[in-house]
Amino acid sequence: MKKFDKERVLLAVAGPVIALAVAFALSSVVLIASGKNPVEPYTLMFEQASFSDIQVLIINQASMYYIAALAVAIGFRMNLFNIGVDGQYQLAAMMAAIVGAHADLPAVIQVPLLLLTALLTGAFWSGIAGVLKVTRGVSEVVATIMLNAIATSVIAYLWLPDVFGVKVGNNNTTGEMHESGWIPGIDMGDAGEIYGLVILAVLLGIGYWVVLNRTRFGFDLRASGASESAAAASGVDPKRMVLTAMLISGGIAGLAGLPILMGDTHTYSLNFPTGIGFLGIGIALLGRNSPVGIAFAALLWAWLDKASPELDFHDYDKEIAVIMQGLIVLSVVVSYEAVREWGLRRQQRRVGAELAAGHVLGADNNTKEVAGR
Amino acid sequence: MCAELSTHCGAWRMGNFTMRRTSKLTRVAVGVASIALAATACGGTSDSDSSSSKEDLGLAIAYDIGGKGDQSFNDAAYAGLQKAQKEFGYKTADIEPTEGETDADKEQRLASLAKQGYNPVIGVGFAYGPAMDAVAKKYPDTTFGIVDSVVEGDNVASLVFAEQEASYLAGVAAAKATKTNTVGFVGGVDIPLIHKFEAGYKQGVQDTNSKVKVVSQYLTQTAEEGGFSSPDKGKAAAEGQIEKKADVVYQAAGLSGQGVIEAAAKAKVWAIGVDSDQYQQEALAAYKDYILTSALKDVGGAVYALAQSVDNDKPLTGVQTFDLKVDGVGLAESNPKMTEIPGLTDAVAKAKAGIIDGTIKVKTE
Repeated sequence: MKKFDKERVLLAVAGPVIALAVAFALSSVVLIASGKNPVEPYTLMFEQASFSDIQVLIINQASMYYIAALAVAIGFRMNLFNIGVDGQYQLAAMMAAIVGAHADLPAVIQVPLLLLTALLTGAFWSGIAGVLKVTRGVSEVVATIMLNAIATSVIAYLWLPDVFGVKVGNNNTTGEMHESGWIPGIDMGDAGEIYGLVILAVLLGIGYWVVLNRTRFGFDLRASGASESAAAASGVDPKRMVLTAMLISGGIAGLAGLPILMGDTHTYSLNFPTGIGFLGIGIALLGRNSPVGIAFAALLWAWLDKASPELDFHDYDKEIAVIMQGLIVLSVVVSYEAVREWGLRRQQRRVGAELAAGHVLGADNNTKEVAGR
Repeated sequence: MCAELSTHCGAWRMGNFTMRRTSKLTRVAVGVASIALAATACGGTSDSDSSSSKEDLGLAIAYDIGGKGDQSFNDAAYAGLQKAQKEFGYKTADIEPTEGETDADKEQRLASLAKQGYNPVIGVGFAYGPAMDAVAKKYPDTTFGIVDSVVEGDNVASLVFAEQEASYLAGVAAAKATKTNTVGFVGGVDIPLIHKFEAGYKQGVQDTNSKVKVVSQYLTQTAEEGGFSSPDKGKAAAEGQIEKKADVVYQAAGLSGQGVIEAAAKAKVWAIGVDSDQYQQEALAAYKDYILTSALKDVGGAVYALAQSVDNDKPLTGVQTFDLKVDGVGLAESNPKMTEIPGLTDAVAKAKAGIIDGTIKVKTE
C-alpha cells in the first residue's frame, strides 16, 4: 500500500489546488467581463489578510465554520448528508443562551453546563432525523431540511416575550447571559479579541481525527461509509451506526454557534449569524473531510468573507468573494472527481503493466524492468 | 518510477505505522501552529495603517438586509443620501451588508467608514445597534446615526419612527376603500419592528369600520430566509389573501413588497405601499394605478436632517423621534384615485388630527 504514498499525497493536494486555480481564473473572467481589473481585487484582499484586526476576524469566523464543517464531515464519512447543521447550531445556541441567562452557577459548572446544553440540543435535533431514518426509512436529507424550517419556528416561539424572549428596542433577544458563562477571549490589543472557544474548535479537530482513525467506532463508521453491505457482513449494525453518526454530527453542530455566543454576543438575538451550517457543507467538501483540510478550507472561507468588504471602498463589488466561493464549490466537485478517475486509471494502467510484464500481484517485485516506464 | 517506489516500499514497510502516525500528527500540529502563528502575526491593524489618509468626506450609510433597490426602506435612505450629496457637494458612500454576517462585520463596516473620514455615518436598520454601540465610542469625532433603534452615546443620533401612526392612517384608508370588508396585511419578517406596522394598521381598520376583517401574514421568521428580499414570497402571500376576498393589501416587507403590489395589480385590487411613496417609484410604474397610497416613513428625510445638522456643525444627538406631528411619518396622497373614494380623505384627515392632538392613541403591538 505504501507504494502509492507519494501519489496519494499528490492526488490529495491536486484536487483542491486545481479547484482553487480554476475558481480564481473563472472569477478573473467574471471581473474582466464586467470591465474591471482582474488582479487588483486579489491584491487588495491579500493586503487585508496582513492586518492583525482582520486576522482576528478571520480566525473567529473560521472557528465557527470549522466546527460546522466537522459536523457535516462526520456525516459525509458515513454517506449521511446532514443538511440540518444550520438549524441544529442555531437552536443549540439559543438553548445555551437561555440556560445561560437563567442559571447562575460558578463558571466551572456553568461553562460545561452550557456546552452540554448546546451539544444535547444539537444531538436531539439531528437525532429526530436519525430516528426517522432508521425506523421509517425517511431520507435524512429531507428530514434535516424540514427540521431547519421547524427550528426557525421554534426559535421564533422561544423569542416570544412570555416565553424566554426579552425585547431590546426593535430586537428580539434572550436576555443577557450571566457572566459566569462568558468565556474570556485572547486579548490581541488593538486588533480585538480571539474567541476563547477557538481552542474548542482545535480540540474538536484533533478529537475527530483520533475517533475516526484510532478507534473501533471510527473504523466501523468509515467502513459503513465505504460499503454498507460489507460493513454489515463484518458485524456492524448499520442502524445503530446511522443513529450514532447523526447524534454525533448534530452534537458537534450544536457547538458551532458557541464561540460567538459565549465570547462576544452573550445573547441570542436577531443579529446572531445564520447560514454557517450551509457554508459548512462547502467547507467540508473542499477540506475533503480531513481535519487539516477542513481547517484550511475554513480559513480560506473566512478570509474571503472578511477581506472582501474592503473591495467596496475601491470600486469593486465585494460580491466577487461570494462568486468565488460558489465557483470553488463547483470546481471542487468536478476536480475531485476528475482527479479520482485519473488516479484510478493510473493505478489500473500500472497494474496492467505489471501483469503484462509477467509479475504476479503481491509477489516481490523488486525489479527495475517494468514495461513502458 | 514505479519500480523505484517499490524498492523504497520494502525498506519502509517496517516503520510503516509509526511513520504514518507521526506524519499525520505533524500535519495536525502544523495546522494548529499556523493558526497560532496567524494569531500572533505582527502586521498592524487596518485602522492604524490608513489613518494617515484621512480625508474630510461626507455622509455614509450602511444598508440593512435587502439592501439598495428595495424600492422601499433602504431606497428611502438612499434618497436622503442623494439629496445630501447634491446639497453639500461632498463624497458619499453607501455599503451593503453580506448575508449571515456577525456584529463584528457590522462593526468593521462602520469603523471602516468612520476611519476613512466619512461623517456622519448612519446604520440603516436596528441590526446595527450593538455594532454602533461599540464603534461610536472609538470615533468620538464622528457623528453616528442609527435608524429604528436607540443607542446611547454623545455622538449618536437615534432616528426612530412612529410607524404605527402611518400604518393607522393606512388602515383608515383601507377600511374606506374595501368593498368586500376584508383587507390584508403582509409583513416581511415576524419581528417587533413589523409588528408595529400591523398593530397600527389593524387599529386603524377597526376604528374606522369594525365589520372589516384583517387577514395577516408574515413571510418568514428571520430576515435571512428572505422575508424582506423575496418578491416571489410576497406575491404568493398576497395572492392567498386576495383569494380570501381581501381587496386592499398593505405590505411592510421591503423588496418583497413589490411582489405584493404586482399580485394586487394583477387581481385589480388595491395595494398600499410602505416607507417610500411607492406610487412614484419608477420600478413600480406598471402597477401604480393600483397603489392606493403608501404609509410613509421618511427615512430619507431623517438621514438628510442628520447630514444637514453635521454640515451646520450642530450635529443632532440623542433620540430623534419622527412621528406624524413632525411629518416624519405620514400617508402619501399622490394617487389621484384616492380622492375618488367617498369619505376617505376626510377620515384620514380626521384620524391624523386625532393622533397629533393625542385623542387617538395608537398601539405598537
